[in-house]
Amino acid sequence: MNKELVKKIKENPDYQKLASTRNSFAIKLSVTMLAVYFTFILTIAFNPSILGTPISEDSVTTIGIPIGVAVIIFAFILTGIYTKRANGEFDDLANKIKQSIKED
Amino acid sequence: MNRIFLFLILGTIAVFASGAIEGEIQKQDLNMSAIVMFLIFVGGTLGITYWAAKRTKSAKDFYTAGGGITGFQNGMAIAGDYMSAASFLGISGLVYLKGYDGLIYSIGFLVGWPIILFMIAEPLRNLGKYTFADVASYRLRQTPIRSLAASGSIATVILYLIAQMVGSGKLIELLFGLEYEIAVILVGVLMILYVTFGGMLATTWVQIIKAFLLLSGATFMAVAVMAHYDFNFGALFSHATELKGIKIMSPGGLVSDPISAISLAVALMFGTAGLPHILMRFFTVSDAKEARKSVFYATGFIGYFYILTFIIGFGAIVMVFQNPQYLDMAKQAIDGGYPILGGNNMAAIHLSHAVGGDFFLGFISAVAFATILAVVSGLTLAGASAISHDLYASVIKKGKADGMAEMRVSKIATVVLGLLAIIMGIMFEQQNIAFVVGLAFAIAASANFPILFLSMYWSKLTTRGAVIGGSLGLATAVILVVLGPIVWVDILGNAEAIFPYKYPALFSVTAAFIGIWFFSITDSSHNAEQEREAFEAQYIRSQTGIGAEGASEH
Repeated sequence: MNKELVKKIKENPDYQKLASTRNSFAIKLSVTMLAVYFTFILTIAFNPSILGTPISEDSVTTIGIPIGVAVIIFAFILTGIYTKRANGEFDDLANKIKQSIKED
Repeated sequence: MNRIFLFLILGTIAVFASGAIEGEIQKQDLNMSAIVMFLIFVGGTLGITYWAAKRTKSAKDFYTAGGGITGFQNGMAIAGDYMSAASFLGISGLVYLKGYDGLIYSIGFLVGWPIILFMIAEPLRNLGKYTFADVASYRLRQTPIRSLAASGSIATVILYLIAQMVGSGKLIELLFGLEYEIAVILVGVLMILYVTFGGMLATTWVQIIKAFLLLSGATFMAVAVMAHYDFNFGALFSHATELKGIKIMSPGGLVSDPISAISLAVALMFGTAGLPHILMRFFTVSDAKEARKSVFYATGFIGYFYILTFIIGFGAIVMVFQNPQYLDMAKQAIDGGYPILGGNNMAAIHLSHAVGGDFFLGFISAVAFATILAVVSGLTLAGASAISHDLYASVIKKGKADGMAEMRVSKIATVVLGLLAIIMGIMFEQQNIAFVVGLAFAIAASANFPILFLSMYWSKLTTRGAVIGGSLGLATAVILVVLGPIVWVDILGNAEAIFPYKYPALFSVTAAFIGIWFFSITDSSHNAEQEREAFEAQYIRSQTGIGAEGASEH
């Protein structure tokens, strides 16, 4: 990639839009995942008895079990959300940028 | 070439057959249905290897299966790499032993995946060709960066291989009644066959088939357990607590203090993003779109698998624990309690017998063996690629090696790594190897990941910073593991650990990042100037895929 091309792509509004929306989206999702996981793991480190609370009075099942399974499912859903948007919107933008280079 | 291949297949079968006969004489628990099913698996996968060998003509075929794997297939293969026998038997065994703690552990292994998708997968696919060092050295000096990245890769691969080989030898000894040495040699020889002849194509399909078998078997076990309780989780849990006490339903001692908790989380999360055999899989798909789908499917399969292992662990508590059939009487006589045959990691294996009899036990045993084979193949291929692509082609030949010579070096490297794995597997039989997987993750997190991540996102990174910081991370990880409780106290027999935490990653990863940062910003060489300037073009390619490897074919 030569200097002119770099300059040209950098000034392309589609590229600027792609880079900024994707980065902020990826950071938001990463922070969400980290926040959920660290809340979970630090609850265990500082106050494990919270997760040991039974679901109902006559049950041995603790709330830790549905919460743990929920963290797993949540991680999967986040990857789905990102993949859907990136494979649609972000790839469309990237293709538009590629097209604009070819045109000249 | 085909004749050599056939000869080796016959040789392998002969080794297996002679081992089987020998085992019959010496051991009582020779499992015929396991051996038959395993032979079917080996026959089938060698058939695939034969097919793949005919399609593996160039270096690109060898390293990346020609780049034509779909996102779904690659997701399955990635999940297969991650669902090793150690994680299947280890996590279900941990649930069996401690209940809820097993779930905490498996969640830690999973949450790295979304981060890999959001931050790593796409730039990796867009910038790299065969190995993650392609990306790390994209705008930095080839020789030092490739050497360091290859060292990190080879160290991770060898540690992982030792753990897998020793585990496999013991498992096969127990399941099939084969001698330990024969088991280790068998795994090593089959793995060399898959990788040298079939390259990434065979390795990927072996991994996909195994992942499918493992997920099917685990699903059957979990469903069988739940059917026993009319699909009522409350009933399963309450029966389990009657046997093992209420404590199995809450967090136990796995993560006791915040530092250990965070350090373990850092090791698992960043370690996953620095495992060379996992990173290499992103080059087998055609573009970033398929790379993203790979992680989506992989996360789904792995998450599903961990939920299954949780049910399987509890199933083992109710069906295996205190069941006289699986009780190790000799051990009980000494230690008391209810030890099971082969130790806690055999919980899932015994459960397969409890729910499906000898036939299903045979199936799960064969799947466990297949799992080991598939995982060591992926590891060896990644190690061989680091040697041939990073060290031979880029460092020694300065990027001027031709594809055929490079491929030949990687095949030689595969054979050498395979033999090394066999030798070390036999050497380490009686050693306490509990620390090696932890060390592999610590190195991956502290040396591989920081360099890879900063090379993608930080414009001010320079060669000097990456080399000094990465080496610092690598050294810190190794030193802290040696000074920590597992090696210093449990293995070397000292009274007190110099470094008090089991997981060094929090400290070693921090050391790496600070080292890289400091030695990059203070680097005022002309070279560093050029490296900073080159970031812009690299970043555009990583974001858009313009100029990416393989993209032109579409």
